[in-house]
Amino acid sequence: MQVDIKTSDIRPIRQTFSQIARRFGADKPATRYQEATFDLQSTANFHYRPLWQPQYDLYDVRRTAIVMDDWYAFRDPRHYYYGVYVQARARQQEVQESNFEFVDRRRMLRDAAEADRARLTRLLVPLRHYEWGANMNNCTVVAYGYGAAITQAAQFHTMDRLGLAQYLTRIGLLLDGNDTAVLDQARQDWLGDPCWQGVRACMEKLFVTADWFEVLLVQNFLFDGLVYPLAMSHLEQVLAPQAASGYALSTEFAQSWYEESVRWVDASLRTAVAESEANAVLLKQWIEHWLPAWVDAFRPRATAAFGDQAEAVTAEAVGDLVARAGRVGIAVNTSSPSDPTGRKP
Amino acid sequence: MNNNVFIALQTSDEARAIIDAILDDNPAATRSDFPAMVKIDAPGRLVVRRESVGQRLGRDWDLQELHLSLISLSGNIDESDDEFCLVRG
Repeated sequence: MQVDIKTSDIRPIRQTFSQIARRFGADKPATRYQEATFDLQSTANFHYRPLWQPQYDLYDVRRTAIVMDDWYAFRDPRHYYYGVYVQARARQQEVQESNFEFVDRRRMLRDAAEADRARLTRLLVPLRHYEWGANMNNCTVVAYGYGAAITQAAQFHTMDRLGLAQYLTRIGLLLDGNDTAVLDQARQDWLGDPCWQGVRACMEKLFVTADWFEVLLVQNFLFDGLVYPLAMSHLEQVLAPQAASGYALSTEFAQSWYEESVRWVDASLRTAVAESEANAVLLKQWIEHWLPAWVDAFRPRATAAFGDQAEAVTAEAVGDLVARAGRVGIAVNTSSPSDPTGRKP
Repeated sequence: MNNNVFIALQTSDEARAIIDAILDDNPAATRSDFPAMVKIDAPGRLVVRRESVGQRLGRDWDLQELHLSLISLSGNIDESDDEFCLVRG
């Protein structure tokens, strides 16, 4: 008897969803990111206008002054859709949890020098209120933004900001042996300490800014562009060794998260700039409008942290930010950040 | 004499990014589909670039990860951290 082994080739009838096939041409297998992102938002057949803003549709491109031919051009270079995003963050959370446990077991923050504990309480822990504000601002982007490519990434960003606020809370608890006095003090500092009032005022102005793309730019590019280098990275250098290593372990996620989110933020700005000259001009105006005020607002905080080094450290961070803007195609006028007569928002 | 090189890869989600990258980086390459396998032939030379695959996957990709999807290949291998190159002749 002879046995023939045959392979039979079973072709799937269709490779992907029709909207993906329409967008990417031939009916070929799509990545999960494409399938979970492109053309998901409703575009037609809205039966009612939003009653609170009857001049707009529910999803409306006119809610920002940025004009795009295709709003799905804002693809995320990290290719985050729900599945990979959750997996990536779950892994990072495990690492961060064991870092916190290490810091706690060795009492690295609790037993740090009094001056360092006071410094962290006053200069770092209040940032949890900043993170909450950043969550609010990104919620605005999610609520009024157009196209799942950008609103999806912004939604993940809101969750990240809540997580960062919670990690800062954990640092407060570590400083205090799980008591809440440090958190209460940090809240009082955020509300009353002169070194935070400019920052708080700027955040509150951004809460009432209507254009969602401006909010995205100002919060995620401009505000973070100063807060993360100055408040997260540089602070380590002014702490004594014990507190500095406890601090580095506790903020490791925040620092690697910032490097990662820069990729998405810069890609979004680059896409908007590449679309048209008008967009580029608009982004440039927004940066030049907000940057001087933000530098002024942040100056007392930088002075409290770095003393007479503050101006140099701030200038370096501003220089980096301007260079980043240059790389995405926005030539920011560099004289404005240090110009005390600069226009304020 | 036939101086074609080829690489055969599984058709998994990950391998699709590699296949796309190879086809974009090697204009002379031809793709043939088989059940659960894609074979890419090219005259003389075929290159897999770390950067191109990483861009399509949205994360850093190590060239050694190629071996998770690799079924077979033919040609002499010239390998660095950034490029995996098949050559003949």
